[in-house]
Amino acid sequence: MAQTSPRSQKSPYPLWFFVPAAVIHGVFFLAPTVKSFWYSLTRWDLSTAEFIGLENFRQFFSEPFLVQGLVNTLIYAVTTSGLKTVCGLLLAVLLTGNIFARGFLRTVVFFPVLVSTIGIGITFTVMMHPTRGIINVALEALGIDGPGWLTNPSLALFSVALVDLWKGVGLATLIFIAGLAAISTDYYEAARIDGATRFQQFWRITLPLVRPATVTVVTLSLIGGLRSFDLIWAMTRGGPGFSSDVVASVIYKQYQAGFYGLSTAGNVILFALIVAIILPLTLWFNRREVSQ
Amino acid sequence: MRHIRPYITGGITLLFAAVIFILPFLFIAIQAMKSKSEASRLNFSLPQEWLFWQNLIAVFKARDYQLLLAYFNSTLITVASVSILVILSAMVGYIMQRRRTSWNAIAQIALFMGLMMPPAVVPTIGLLQDLGLFKTIHGMVLIQVAYNLSFSTLLYRSFISTIPRDLDEAALIDGAKPWQIFFRVILPLLKPVTVTNIVVQSIAIFNDFTNPLYYLPGKENVTVQLTLYNFQSMYTSQYNLLFMNILLVTIPPLIVFIFFNRQIVAGMTAGAVKG
Repeated sequence: MAQTSPRSQKSPYPLWFFVPAAVIHGVFFLAPTVKSFWYSLTRWDLSTAEFIGLENFRQFFSEPFLVQGLVNTLIYAVTTSGLKTVCGLLLAVLLTGNIFARGFLRTVVFFPVLVSTIGIGITFTVMMHPTRGIINVALEALGIDGPGWLTNPSLALFSVALVDLWKGVGLATLIFIAGLAAISTDYYEAARIDGATRFQQFWRITLPLVRPATVTVVTLSLIGGLRSFDLIWAMTRGGPGFSSDVVASVIYKQYQAGFYGLSTAGNVILFALIVAIILPLTLWFNRREVSQ
Repeated sequence: MRHIRPYITGGITLLFAAVIFILPFLFIAIQAMKSKSEASRLNFSLPQEWLFWQNLIAVFKARDYQLLLAYFNSTLITVASVSILVILSAMVGYIMQRRRTSWNAIAQIALFMGLMMPPAVVPTIGLLQDLGLFKTIHGMVLIQVAYNLSFSTLLYRSFISTIPRDLDEAALIDGAKPWQIFFRVILPLLKPVTVTNIVVQSIAIFNDFTNPLYYLPGKENVTVQLTLYNFQSMYTSQYNLLFMNILLVTIPPLIVFIFFNRQIVAGMTAGAVKG
């Protein structure tokens, strides 16, 4: 090293490089987040906030339609995350195999990720029309009486989850493809010599070794699922009734209705929910990684 | 038999993929070219007369050329926020990767919060009102920068680790000032990840619906995604125009995807595996 820099010399990596980003992130993201804890304890009309203790939270956990939003959020996040993980992995295995038109198929599966969620939501809402929609018309041609995908209260949330799968599975597939590419082919060769079947190869080699990708997909899609708003809003507006409301749509509805304190309490509950699910999950994933 | 198999599995997959993943897009395109009464039947038949231009003009003219204004606003927001994002996140990623300070731990926490946490919407609206930025384009730009900083920083940080420190040191010995090292030496070398960042964030911000819905209400501030949402309730009897609008918002990402496929894939997986 030709450098004879004394300790007092200024670092070539100045800390002020942090400042502009820190100011914007601090002012527009972190500060409102911190403030939300206070506002969630108030009755608030944007100018005056009256402290009412835990009243908003009590309301959140006692009104049936708000509780349903909470339950639905969990159902939606677990369903979409599970489906994306399973379908993404299967698609990735298929699309890394020796098949015809592989590049084209990868493109086709991935493209919906980049398309406007609102556009997709409207398109599927039309396609899921109970009598005229092309999905039920096609089912009818096969002799099946199609359900009211979005009009049946016990089905609406799952129909939206299916569309979410359709739109998001491409990203999961992409992450799994990257994960599969990192697995050495030696393992498969050795397994083949030992006479392992294709299923055994998948179960004993692919699944354990693709774990980092699985962790990423599960975590990302859970966070996305817990926060999701736009697809649900475009397709059902939380309906019929409150049957497909989630916390994020409750936050919007309460905001529109002018219940700012209650809306913010919903936000705080959503933070808590995400931390309560993602933090232990991440710790658990990391611990398993160390013990292996 | 052995070399036929890829074609059989491929053929079957292709068929399924075509039905599941391509059909909805064909449906959008066909609906967009139908007449009003034909489109309202919602079926998959080809249009009797192809009304591409008529529908295109009609959808642009609707509500006093609202869509044109929306494209202008969306483009402005996207270009402005992505430009700021690129510079600021490259600066943060650079210092986080190069310098060992206790501020890094704080930056790390802020970064993870930004990736994970949903923003607190109503307090943010309150803040924007206090600052006079509510319902303004520049307010929206600042919000987009704040919300997308974490992801961009992550991309930059992991890429900067592949650039040897020798370069910084050489520039330092040549008498370059710290900001010169960054802007003259490092930033040009970051071009691949900058392209990825620009492409991925442009699509994300252009497609964003929730944030303009909250922070940018008002007819004169309308963005492309919001026109779609407004038309959804307005066009219940004019599905042809609604789908023409959907077709129009689908085309920009398609074009970007055709040209920048590789960068998008790189960005999505790099960011994801790190996150």
